[in-house]
Amino acid sequence: MKHLSGKLLLLSVVAAVAVAAQASAEKASPERDREVFENRYKERFPDVAKEEYVNGIYAIDPVGRESWEAIEEFPPYELFIDDGVVMWETPFANGKTYKDCFPDGPGIAHKYPYWDKEQGMVMTLPLALNQCREKHGEKPLKYKKGSINNILSYIASESRGQVTNVVIPEDDPRALEAYEKGKKFYYTRRGQLNFACANCHVQNPGMKIRSEMLSPALGHTTHWPVYRSKWGTVGTLHRRFTGCNKQVRAKPFKAQGEEYRNLEYFLTYMSNGLTLNGPGARK
Amino acid sequence: MMITSTRVTGIAAAAAIAVGATLSMSTAVAADDKVLEEGKKLSFSRKDGNCLACHVIEGGEAAGNIGPPLMQMKLRFPDKAVLRAQIADASVRNAETSMPLFGKYGILSDSDLDKVVEYIHSL
Repeated sequence: MKHLSGKLLLLSVVAAVAVAAQASAEKASPERDREVFENRYKERFPDVAKEEYVNGIYAIDPVGRESWEAIEEFPPYELFIDDGVVMWETPFANGKTYKDCFPDGPGIAHKYPYWDKEQGMVMTLPLALNQCREKHGEKPLKYKKGSINNILSYIASESRGQVTNVVIPEDDPRALEAYEKGKKFYYTRRGQLNFACANCHVQNPGMKIRSEMLSPALGHTTHWPVYRSKWGTVGTLHRRFTGCNKQVRAKPFKAQGEEYRNLEYFLTYMSNGLTLNGPGARK
Repeated sequence: MMITSTRVTGIAAAAAIAVGATLSMSTAVAADDKVLEEGKKLSFSRKDGNCLACHVIEGGEAAGNIGPPLMQMKLRFPDKAVLRAQIADASVRNAETSMPLFGKYGILSDSDLDKVVEYIHSL
């Protein structure tokens, strides 16, 4: 009897440990992170529907929204899309085209970023485009400004309506590590002004810095590349990351370097379930 | 004679002190005005204090609203040193603060920080 109860006790202890381990694993999971992230905005802006966040700041700023809607009637990124079509269809020197690398293209933006097990890194769309070019003997494109934005604009426009669905595969622990690094980046204060991304876009969305309203981070990744009036052209997500880091007087990281790719992995995961609507137009 | 002389000296000294005091008082007032003016300039400048990024200040345009309006500062900070400490390193009182650490991270030099404190305390 005594022996039996001992066994029972041991069993129940084992079970309790297993349950606790599972609970803590769930607690730390990206999916749990995403729910917490999303709920923050739900609480802060109870009248804003989730799908509205693809419109960025205009989901919560009715005044700015009016002029944005006027701009979208004659979208400033349209010419870039046209140039992107030409890029997509023009053969490389070896006669191959982007289509040879991306047989499902051009509407493929929703497949990025993803964990590339073979290369052991987060693969983004701009990086994949350049790997394609290099494979076919072409020079890689610059990652912030210039013609990469044309082909990205075309791919974005062809990907409209697809849904963000970043996957963190469980068969390679390095994928979760990359996600965790991106998450850590997002919440780490940096620069002389000592701001983390989250200080503005998670703690203070809807508040104003001078006369600029801070945008919510939910939906931040759905509409790249973006025509920014401040830039007078279309630019990439990593160009924007660079600008944010400079604004807080931090040294920016390299576009398409590991830091920003991991950041993109985390940030895009936070927008899982949101519809892609790029290219975008912003102030 | 000795007495008289002492008296005269005494009067002269008193007069000198009085004149000196008046002089130094007017210099002090002029310096205060100048400090306040410089402090205001630093507080409004986007590259220095940029207090307006987050705080409403009377007379300042396009102010943000992340922090509270800067008014009645002597009531809120009877001790100027506490205000200075807050501007120098707001993370001491609140680790989650959104306020840059103007002193700790050298965004403002010590002397500029003093001027900003004088100005903000005057609001």
